[in-house]
Formats: sequence, structure tokens, C-alpha cells
Amino acid sequence: MKFSEQWLKEWVDYSQSTAAVMEQLTMLGLEVDGVESAAGDFSGVVVAEIAACEKHPDADKLKVCEVNAGDETLQIVCGAPNARVGLKTALSKIGAVLPGDFKIKKSKLRGVESHGMLCSEVELGISQESDGIIEFEPDAPVGQDVRTYLNADDQIIDIDLTPNRADCFCMRGIAREVATLNQLTVQEPVIAAVAASHDEIMPVEIQAGAACPVYGSRVIKGIDNSQSTPQWMKEKLRRSGIRAIHPVVDVTNYVMLELGQPMHAFDRDVIDGKIVVRMANDNEAMQLLDESEAKLTPEFLVIADQSKALAVAGVMGGLDSGVTSQTKDIVLESAFFDPATIMGKSRKLGVHTESGLRFERGVDWDLQALALERATALITEICGGEVGPVHLTKETAQLPASQTIDLSSEQLAKVLGFEVPDDQVTAIFTSLGLETSFAGGQWQVKTPSWRFDLAISEDLIEEVVRVVGYDQMPSHRLHSTDAIGIIPEKLRSLQDLKLQLSGLAYQEVINYSFVSEKSLSDIKLDTHAFPLANPLSKEMAVMRTHLLPGVLANIKANLARQEQCLAFFELGKVFSCDDEIEQTDMLLLAKTGDRKPEQWGFGGEKVDFYDIKGDVEQLLRQVPAKVSFEVSDVEHLHPGRQAAVLLGGQLVGHVGQVHPGVCQRMKIKQDVYVASLQVEPIQQRQLPAWEAVSKYPHMRRDLSLVLPDDITWAAVDSAVRESLNDDVHLLHKLCLFDVYKGENIETGYKSLAMAMIFQEKNRTLEDKEVDKLVSKAVSFLAEQLKADIRS
Amino acid sequence: MNDLKQLLAAGLQDIEAAQTVQSLDDVRVQYLGQKGSVTVQLKQLGQLEPAERKTAGAAINQVKQQLFTALQERKTALMAAELNQKLMAEAVDVTAPGRQSGQGGVHPVTRTMQRIIDLFSQVGFDVVTGPEIEDDFHNFEALNFPAHHPARAMHDTFYFADGHLLRTHTSPVQIRAMKTMQPPIKIIAPGKVYRSDSDQTHTPMFHQVEGLVIGENVTFASLKGVLNQFVNAFFEDDLQIRLRPSYFPFTEPSAEVDVEWKKDDGSIDWLEVLGCGMVHPNVLRSGGIDPEKYTGFAFGLGVERFAMLRYGVQDLRNFFENDMAFLRQFQELSNEIQ
Repeated sequence: MKFSEQWLKEWVDYSQSTAAVMEQLTMLGLEVDGVESAAGDFSGVVVAEIAACEKHPDADKLKVCEVNAGDETLQIVCGAPNARVGLKTALSKIGAVLPGDFKIKKSKLRGVESHGMLCSEVELGISQESDGIIEFEPDAPVGQDVRTYLNADDQIIDIDLTPNRADCFCMRGIAREVATLNQLTVQEPVIAAVAASHDEIMPVEIQAGAACPVYGSRVIKGIDNSQSTPQWMKEKLRRSGIRAIHPVVDVTNYVMLELGQPMHAFDRDVIDGKIVVRMANDNEAMQLLDESEAKLTPEFLVIADQSKALAVAGVMGGLDSGVTSQTKDIVLESAFFDPATIMGKSRKLGVHTESGLRFERGVDWDLQALALERATALITEICGGEVGPVHLTKETAQLPASQTIDLSSEQLAKVLGFEVPDDQVTAIFTSLGLETSFAGGQWQVKTPSWRFDLAISEDLIEEVVRVVGYDQMPSHRLHSTDAIGIIPEKLRSLQDLKLQLSGLAYQEVINYSFVSEKSLSDIKLDTHAFPLANPLSKEMAVMRTHLLPGVLANIKANLARQEQCLAFFELGKVFSCDDEIEQTDMLLLAKTGDRKPEQWGFGGEKVDFYDIKGDVEQLLRQVPAKVSFEVSDVEHLHPGRQAAVLLGGQLVGHVGQVHPGVCQRMKIKQDVYVASLQVEPIQQRQLPAWEAVSKYPHMRRDLSLVLPDDITWAAVDSAVRESLNDDVHLLHKLCLFDVYKGENIETGYKSLAMAMIFQEKNRTLEDKEVDKLVSKAVSFLAEQLKADIRS
Repeated sequence: MNDLKQLLAAGLQDIEAAQTVQSLDDVRVQYLGQKGSVTVQLKQLGQLEPAERKTAGAAINQVKQQLFTALQERKTALMAAELNQKLMAEAVDVTAPGRQSGQGGVHPVTRTMQRIIDLFSQVGFDVVTGPEIEDDFHNFEALNFPAHHPARAMHDTFYFADGHLLRTHTSPVQIRAMKTMQPPIKIIAPGKVYRSDSDQTHTPMFHQVEGLVIGENVTFASLKGVLNQFVNAFFEDDLQIRLRPSYFPFTEPSAEVDVEWKKDDGSIDWLEVLGCGMVHPNVLRSGGIDPEKYTGFAFGLGVERFAMLRYGVQDLRNFFENDMAFLRQFQELSNEIQ
């Protein structure tokens, strides 16, 4: 909410600087968002009246005016379209200084002398736009300094209110806070009842009493609609960001800013018979003041007459029922609507109004009659008119009950951790307008009609501590628990996994959890993704079912930035919603380009399947279950270069080359290798367990075999082990150290070189027994796998 | 005797003149070998008178010893020189870059989050996590947000058609923790959160760390103390913090926390870094905890906000663009090879 500081000072006469009061407001919970001068820095500008206005002899768009500046009459050349005889406006005399240190000098425009300049609001730094020179009221005192006339030495303070503080959406509420903090008194304006001069009322029928517990109205007849709003009121409204429209509307806005009661004025002649307050009918439509069409449902409360809806209660009036420049008789409305009924309605209609803002957070439910009196007095002062009686329909049973809250000084200290003197607490409550009694270490507080945020003792504690000052509160240490917590050693932390991957030269990335549906289908991934009901864009419309779309996009973007050696990992949730929602932590590794960063002595080899597989093997070294890789056939990977990763026979992920078709669709022009793993199973870690270290040497035998190309290493490995039978425990290690295809090897065959390393725990093996084991393996391989032994 | 002096002088000169171990050995043979000139003199001692023999013998032996020592010293020096020459031939260009297999790193958000976790872990906060797709109950209702309340509108929530939502804060973990743990509770909950807001200062996904402490002597003043210590520890600087009243449905009293920040021009700014408060009794009840017996405080901080302040990152969106040029700035090695 924006407001004029001068206006606040009318309510509470403080002596602090603007900066100090802004700080106070912020520290009270009314966060000051900004402050600006009500007008630009100018001097030497006076109120003047245009006495004569002729066309410039040599310029179509210029006028030559005789301007009465009070003590003298000056000739001014002016280009404003609204310059006319009788207009009172702002005159910068010679020597005046306008915002931006712009000095006014005597000048000649197309041969005609100009002894000053007539100014627009923009030129005086009062508004951002204007379509001509400023237009003052007809009663503006000619010759008066414009700063004085506009009360321009003022600051506009903008506060950002939290949803609980509806009571501070008006001068009265803000004044109450400032007065409480500074132990001052609020100076309420005198609001006297305006006596009725006729007894006409507008009949009101409340059909929705729970939604509208109070409906006040008053008929004012025969207003003089030629009158305009006084300058002081226009200026206050302007400083609160509200444009002057019509004296009656301006008064209702003024009272809203002053007291916090949103009001509305109907043209009496438009109302058919009586006012009916009811819930809207299904599909009831009406045109709002902003000319938008509102489609209503029975959850909307409307102010209607016998035949039609006139306004959406608490949101906005109708286009056809409001006051116009022709209106003679008006019906003023001042109501209290149930906040829960109004909540969310503005948003549903896509409108944002000052009254909606206040009604949905709660308006003082005891304010309606007072606001009617205040508005009546102001309207009749400006436009005259014959006033009817205040007509108030009130269903007390439906009003929010005033609550009585207990707070003990013991609880206050228990929650805050420090003590506040009892009489200070009582003074705070009283000053905030809470009816308070204190006895036996216990306060009993009755909540006022304007506070919707006070219900429990903790709410009162906040009132105390925010007035005492959060900055006055001591800082205490938290008592630490003495217990030493358990850090499970059999579970690797996510950070541990991440640091290992960093050491393996992978860089972590973090992508949004939502992707486009197309990115999933492009990669041939599960497109049964959980769609957001209100996505920001098509690119972020569904929850990712896989980490690949994000990481491939990262690779593409970084390749475009000339990165040659990329290795990324991402650890995050993927989502599915087949029967129930599943949210699983997944890990994705991806590598592409050079195997190492470019450096001398490195031939620029590209990464291949075995690089990423090796990284997966290293990552899984600590897992207790047996790690195995099996040929697999997922659609997004190269059909001949992919494997399922199994832990103890359970599938935990895949490793392989991204299908070249996928890369092509994504416009990635090189091979990308990826591994996707479930996080939870790979976090498992085996505790190290001691076993006796063999002191005896191991024996190594190298073998070279020629095999049909389709025999896998896994088949060779298990055949060797099988061949050794009961002696398999002697095979310490089986190590593949070369794979060769090409010259000297027949097409369709390959040559494998492997080392068999034997060791016994408690003795040195003899050559003879090792040779026997090797020959067992050799004959088994020849028999089972058609292997031809070369050495 | 003069002969002997000349012999010694010539011998020492020859030793000094030898440039290789081999030529030095030739010198040794020339003087001390079977037929060497010193050896010959010793052999001739027998021809002298017994009385002369003793003094002459001692003089010759002294010369022999002196030459021997000089030979040893020269040999050591020559060998060292030869080794050095051989090693110098093996010299490498030590200024050429070393061999590296590349360096990865964790994302700056992870780095910051881990730093926050480490700090709180020191004083016994347990780390707990929760789901990212949440229900209305845990994200709002149990946290004391009434239906249609304007406070909900502040959250810009992403919804799913079935009523589920993407959690807008890590606070739902409070409810889940309270339901499974008994006081005293002392937890932090790091994780991703989502808001449907995207501009220069908002990303639709970001990270928070939630803190929750429930016990018998947990006060608003201790909340202030914990946050004060945390901020000082995180920034390794004695920064002032400022609590000011605010509103969250799930805490009462509530506060926003500002950190005093020195700008480049030397002036001071208060930067909003987190929200906190005393856990609302309704929230304690939702979590099955007796508000008569226990009090609690909670806080929630934005990880990216802390990372930006700590490392001077200017644009929030950098965190999710995953540009290597940006990420590399957070790798453990600052002088990586390119």
C-alpha cells in the first residue's frame, strides 16, 4: 500500500525523520518497499490563470497566452492543447528551476517572447505521463507557490503487507502501529453523523446472510454532478496510486484509504426495486467496470436488484450500475463480506482491485456505519445533495466473534526465551486497541473487530515481541544434544558418490525436473510422464521419466561452445505415475569426445563403451552384491553397444552408447556414452572384513586363444572357472589383457590374450600342478567354445 | 729427497689433470701400480743402509698415502661429474604441463548445500528428506494454510490434475519428521522445491534447506542465536543479522532474516536471506506433538541465494544452464588444463 507521509502525520504527530519511521514500519512487520518524493525538485512555480489565449501568428500548434501570476501578468507561449482562457495552471516564472536542474529563462518562440513556461505534471515530476498542462481547481489561489498549493514537500511511502495484516490497509491502521511504537496518540478525524433530510431508503434483502453479515446503505438525492473533487483529496489519492475519476467515486476511495472500508456507489435509477444480496446463479454473467465479462458460479456473492446482478461483491462493480457524470441520485454501499467467501474470487475473474484485496483479508466488521457517515459528509461537502437515513442490515450471529485470548507471563517467557515487564505488555496490547485485563500473571485480551489474525496466545506473543523489537531480543545458544548419532557405514552418502564421480572427471549438472513431452519421445523414452496441470511452457510440461533429456541437452549446448572433452553426471529424481506416483533417485553418467583433456603426449583418442563401463565398475566396487553386465535391448541405446547392469541378479540400470538415431534427432554429431543407475542400490557398501594375507608367491600363465567372434568374454571367464571345478579357489585372478582382430586372424574370429594368476593361501604352488590346471582350462575351452590355443 | 718431492708434485698434477675415471686409473697405475714410480722406489729401499731405510721408507709411504688420497678424492669427483652429465642428458622440460586425466566437480548448489549440512551436522542436526511431488495436506493444510487463503497464492504452485502438487517449500518435511520422530527433534531437510515463476530473479525450480528444532527449551531467542551463528559460520565473517516480523501460516511469531552486506561502494545493505519462526501450535498438532509440552522453531533458506552471496554469482539462471565455463569455476582445481 502506498500513502502520503503528510497524511500519516495528520493521524499521528511524530517527530522522527522519514527514514527513521520507514525503519520502524519495517521492523513492525510492515515492510517498506520504497519511498519517493511526491513531486520533483522544483522552485519558482506559481498558480496562475490564463487570462487570454490566442493562436501564435507563425506556428499552428503554439498559443500565445496572457497569464495572470498574481502580482503580474505575463506573456507565455505554450503548445499544450488544453491551454484555454480561465484555466488555472502551473507557471514557471523566469528564474524558476524544474526537476533535472532545468532553469527557466526568457525566450523567443518563432519570434514571440515568452516570459516563462506553463507546466505539465510530468515537468513537475508529479506523474509519469500527462497530455497537457496541469489543470488546477477553479478555486486555486492565483500567485500561490505550487509546492504549497499541492503540499508537494511530501514522501510517498510504499509498504508491502503480509496477508495477515489487513488492518493496515488504511491510514487508521498504520497510524495505530506508529502510535503504539512511539507511545503517541492517534488523532482520529472528527466524524459526525450527517442528519437525514428525507426518509427514503433503498430496500435491501439479504439472501446470503453468512456471506454478508452487514450491509449498510444510504440514499443521497440530487447531487450536483458539475462539481469536481478538491485538489487536496485528488493529491492524497494520487499519492496512494489511485486516479481521481468522479467526486463520488473519489470519496469512496478516500474513505477506503482512510478507514479501510471499501465502498461502492450505485446510480439509484439503475436499481430495479431493491437490492438483493445473493449467491450468483450458475452461468450468470455480467459486465464489470473494467468492461470485462464475468462468468459467475454459485460460489460468487453478488449485489443484485430484482432483475439483474449489479456488482460482484467484494471484487468489482458492474459497468451499468455505477455513477456517471449524469448521475443525480446515488445509493452508497458499505458492507462487510465474509473473507472466506471473497477469497480467491478476484483471481478467478482475473481482476485485481483494491476492494478485493481488503475484503478477502478481512475488513473491520464494526466500521460500516462510520464509513457511511464519513463518505456522506465528504460527498455532500463537495456535491451537496439530500441525505437519507443510514440503512444498516446486520446479522450479528453471522459476524466473526470477538475472541478472548489468554496469555500467561510464564508462556510468554517460555516461547520468547526472555522476559518482558508485565506493564509493558499491558501497554502494548492497550495501545494496539486490544481490550486487556491482567491478573495473577495472566492477560485476558479481547480481539478488536479489525484484527483477523489474532486467535491464539502465540499471536499475542508476536504482538508483544514485534513492538518490543525483534532487534531488542537477545541471541541465545541452543542446547546441543549430547548423543553421538550413527552414521551408517554400509550406506554411502550421496555426497560420497558425487565426490568419487568428480574424481573420475565427471562434472555434476542440475537440470529442471520438468521436460517437454517431445524431448522424451525424441529419445525414445517412456512418454507416460506425469503432466503438470499448469506448466510454465511446453518445454517444461511433464515430469521427467529419465535424466537423459536434460544431460543430452547440456552436452549439445556445451559442444556448441567448443568443449571437446565432456563428462557429466546428474543425480536427481525421476517420476512416473502408472498406478501410483513413484519418485526414484537416479544417477546418470554421460561422456563424449576426447578421452582426456587435450594435452601433449595424448593422441586424442575418443571415449568408447569401455570407458563408461569402467567408470561404472569403479563406482560399484564397494557394493556387496555381485555386479554383472548382460546384453540388453533398450530402445534409446545402440543395439550392439549396450548392457544391463545387474546387482546380485537385480536390474539396476543400463550402460551403453546413445542410439545414433537419437543423437541425430538431437543434432549431436558425435557418439555419446551413458550409464543410468538407480541410486539406492548403488549406495550399499560392504564393510571391509579381514582375511589372512597369503605370504606365498603367485604363479602367472599367459594364454592366447583364437575364438569365434561371437563368444563373449563373460563366456570365456565362466568356462575357465567351470573347468577348474573344485580348484577354482586357486585362481586368484583372471585378467584379459588383449583383444585382437585383423591380420593373421581369420574373419569371424578374434584373438584374446589373458593371464591366469594362481595362488594358494598356505603354500607355494608347484609348477606341475599349475600346468595341470592350465591344461584343464585349455582343453575345456577348446571343447566348449571351439577355442584354438596359440601359446 | 728432492726426487721424492718432484715425484709427489708430478703425481698430484697428473691426478688433477685426469678428466675421466679411466685416465685417472692410468695415473694410478703409473704411480702406484706394480711398476709404478712410487712402487719402484719402495722396492729400492732394500739397497739403502738400514739407518736410512727407515726414514726414507716413511717418506715414500707418506707420498704414497698422499697420492692415494688424492686419487680417491679425484675419483669421487670424476664419478659424480660423470653421473651428473649422464643425468643432465636425461633432463626434461619441467615447465611443460603434467599429465592429467581430467577433473570433474560437484555443482555449486551441491557444494553450498553440503557446506550448510556440514555446519548444522556439527551440532547434531540430522539430515532428512522428503518427496518432491507432494499432496495438499503436507504442503499446505498441515502447515496451517487454510483453503483459498491469500498466503497460498504467494506460493505460485505447480499442480497435477489429480490434486497432487510439486512442493513449494521443504516445510512438508517438518510434518513427515514430526510424525516419525519423538522430541527432542533437530533436523535439516535439504532439497528441490518448485514455484511457477520464471524471470531474472526466479527459476521454477530451486533448492532449500529447512531446519526444525522441537524440544522443551526451544525459544525465539535461541532461534535468533542459531541463525546468527550459522550466518557467521557460513560466511566466515562476523556479519550482523536482522530479524523482522513477517507472516508464514506455519510459524508464530514469524520473522524474515536479513544479513548486513557490504556493497562494493562500501555502503551497507540488508539482504533478505531466510524466513523463520516459532512452529505454530496447529502445525505441532498436525505432526502429533503436544504444543502444551513442547515448543519448536523452524527456518527455511534458499541455497542458491547463499551460493550467490558466497561466490558472487550475479545471475540466478546460471545455476541451471550447466555451462562448463560456469561450472568449471567451482571445480576443486582452479588451474585445470584446457
